[in-house]
Amino acid sequence: MIYIPRWKVLLTIFICGLGIVYSVPNLLNKSTLEYLPESMRPVKLGLDLQGGAHLLLEVDTQKGLVDRLNDHLDALRRGLRSKNIGYLNLKSDGQVITFELRDSSREDDLMAVLSDVENIFEVAQEGNTFQLEFLPREKKELTQSMVRRSIEIVRRRIDEFGTAEPTIQQQGSDRILVQMPGVDDPARVKKLIGKTAKLTFHLVHRDNGKHTSHQTLPSGTRRLKSQDAREGSILIHRRVLLNGERLIDARLAFDRESQKPMVDFRFDNLGGRKFAQITSKYNVQASPTENRLAIVLDDTVLSAPVINTVIRDRGTISGNFTSREANDLALLMRSGALPAPLEIIEERTVGPDLGADSIAAGKMATVVAIILVGLFMILTYSFFGMVANIALVFNIILLFALLSIIQATLTLPGIAGIALTIGMAVDANVLIYERIKEEIRNGKKIVPAVDSGYNNAIATIIDSNLTTLIAAAALFFFGSGPIKGFGVTLALGIMISMFTAITLTRIIVSYWLQWKRPKKLPI
Amino acid sequence: MAFISLNKIPNINFMTFRKVGYALSGLFIFLSFLSYFTKGLNYGIDFRGGYLIEIKTQEKADIAQMRSDLSRLNIGAVNLQEFGSDRDVLIRIESQDDGLSENESQEKVLEKIKLTLGEGITYRRVETVGAKVSQDLVWNGILAALLATVGIAIYIWFRFEWKFGICAVIGLVHDCIVVIGLYSLIAIEFNETEIIAILTTLGYSINDTVVIYDRVRENLRKFKKRSLGHIINLSLNETLSRTILTAGTTLLALFALYFFGGYVIEVFCLPIIFGIIIGTYSSICVVPFLLLLFPEKKTETAGL
Repeated sequence: MIYIPRWKVLLTIFICGLGIVYSVPNLLNKSTLEYLPESMRPVKLGLDLQGGAHLLLEVDTQKGLVDRLNDHLDALRRGLRSKNIGYLNLKSDGQVITFELRDSSREDDLMAVLSDVENIFEVAQEGNTFQLEFLPREKKELTQSMVRRSIEIVRRRIDEFGTAEPTIQQQGSDRILVQMPGVDDPARVKKLIGKTAKLTFHLVHRDNGKHTSHQTLPSGTRRLKSQDAREGSILIHRRVLLNGERLIDARLAFDRESQKPMVDFRFDNLGGRKFAQITSKYNVQASPTENRLAIVLDDTVLSAPVINTVIRDRGTISGNFTSREANDLALLMRSGALPAPLEIIEERTVGPDLGADSIAAGKMATVVAIILVGLFMILTYSFFGMVANIALVFNIILLFALLSIIQATLTLPGIAGIALTIGMAVDANVLIYERIKEEIRNGKKIVPAVDSGYNNAIATIIDSNLTTLIAAAALFFFGSGPIKGFGVTLALGIMISMFTAITLTRIIVSYWLQWKRPKKLPI
Repeated sequence: MAFISLNKIPNINFMTFRKVGYALSGLFIFLSFLSYFTKGLNYGIDFRGGYLIEIKTQEKADIAQMRSDLSRLNIGAVNLQEFGSDRDVLIRIESQDDGLSENESQEKVLEKIKLTLGEGITYRRVETVGAKVSQDLVWNGILAALLATVGIAIYIWFRFEWKFGICAVIGLVHDCIVVIGLYSLIAIEFNETEIIAILTTLGYSINDTVVIYDRVRENLRKFKKRSLGHIINLSLNETLSRTILTAGTTLLALFALYFFGGYVIEVFCLPIIFGIIIGTYSSICVVPFLLLLFPEKKTETAGL
């Protein structure tokens, strides 16, 4: 008689029972689920099944590095000026900063200035020409922190936007994957994510209004387009008086008189002090010629109000906004500026009804697959086919239980993976039954035939399934989201089918043999 | 009582057919290369970049009208395809070469399309794949297939002998070539799903091969005096019913998916179905006999 230790039998029953318990949440509706403990949750559905938007963003780190270099260029210029060191041709080409020292006797003073940036730049000198290039280590750190900060800001913006359970994660070195279930028109989200949202305050130049665009601009100024169509463009000083980093809050508000939407913002202590300084220096009384403050977001002047009095820590932007625009602007101001531009390089959006259709079709196909394979097995192996079918049903139950426990994401290819596993799951049983048949043909008695059938088939089952698992692992590690889902279900399906064939069907067959003691195997 | 029954071990002389198998596979490979280099592959948006939009209209969709409307938009080649019901339409548009960022051109194209097709249309699915992503997808696909093959070869080399491993890999390469050739020949749209299909084929085909090799190894131990050819033939016959039954159940499940799984799954299953058929063919007719190409160490050989 085939002897199976009692603990093995109990363990198998225990595992199958656990499988039933953990797969049950998948059959329940949302309201019933609330009564279940936290650990019992249904399978997570991929975006292709529940509907939603999938965005892959790339951080333009090259552009970010160029910006950082320009920041350093400005700092260097200030440093040289404050020490009265003469220089020529101070410029950056995006990779390196170059300049010439006017008076070589000031080299020691220059070195003192450069010593501040010695862990950031590699300084090369040729005669009086100096060249500053980011150290590779610094470049790497800058890039990494740029990506980290971008993720942080994208997360803030999306959280503020109020999407349910968004996923935001880094992918590769400079990409960000954003998944937003339930969002089927991501246009507005994309607008919010795509904006760098660099907020700066500048003084409007006194010649604004006099100059037209073809004339040469006064030095240190820029002409920027204005949000207000009536004004067209505005001539501003390049110098940044204050930037958005000092903001602590920005909210949608409405003008008390006109009820027009606007954005209310507040600075932190330091920013407030600076703002007070600026407004006391440039208000109408103190500065009759230049007293307009341009509020600039990503090279567009949002508004350029006249400074009437000294303002401390709060202000308003009253452009020509709709309340939605004002709300989005406040959101962008709150969440801070992106360190580098983001480009959306992949976008996949699935509407919720398509997802529901896919689930329904997937269910249907899976059920048909089970019935067809089940019938086929009964027709081929009669009683033993039934046993294989019990194993098949438990395969599906255990698969869903495992998917639920590890909270894997079920995708549309994942459903195909399940159906494919149904076809392949019976393979282990087929191998065993064919082996038993052979043993009987070779003249063995029933019980030893069954016994050696199982024993001999196991090595084959393990070898053949492990090689398939290698292919499934490759799918998992290199595929994108939906394909990963396929890899997961295929791999789990194979492992579970090995388990049920070796333990569950063996137990059933051995108990059946003890109970019936058949003279001839119905196989 | 079993109705479908392979109760006797079949006694098919695969050995004599092996040259047919070689010739057939040679022909397949030749045709595959021919098709690949003349017709090429019909790359879909995953690999070429572009847009895929699935819409549902309220009434029966007038594809011809839509096509002529959209082709006037100056957004490159527009491909429309009805699928599922007559209200479901797939629109494929090439990557735009307009110097705008990926995001801007997508917005522009979508806007144009929405404006042209008018009201009453549900946009069920919108996919945009940028050129950079598509290059990565190609590379990842190739890498996955290569690593899977190497991994499988190493495993077989450990569990069997090195020559089994080499033969198995030749078989996998054969499957890859023929499957890709078939995709090229019938112009299946080649997307990331086709990479999955290839990997699934590899996984399935190696499963078959290993089961047969396993029997060859066992019979080599059992019948030390018989020739390798004889043993391969015997092993093939002994495992034939299993090979056919498993292929049968797997194909049954796949056909269920194909007919009931909806459009996306249908597209997904067809290449896998081809793959399983090719994989099963190569495991029976080609790969086992490759072992004969390696010199036998045995001194006593009995002819078949």
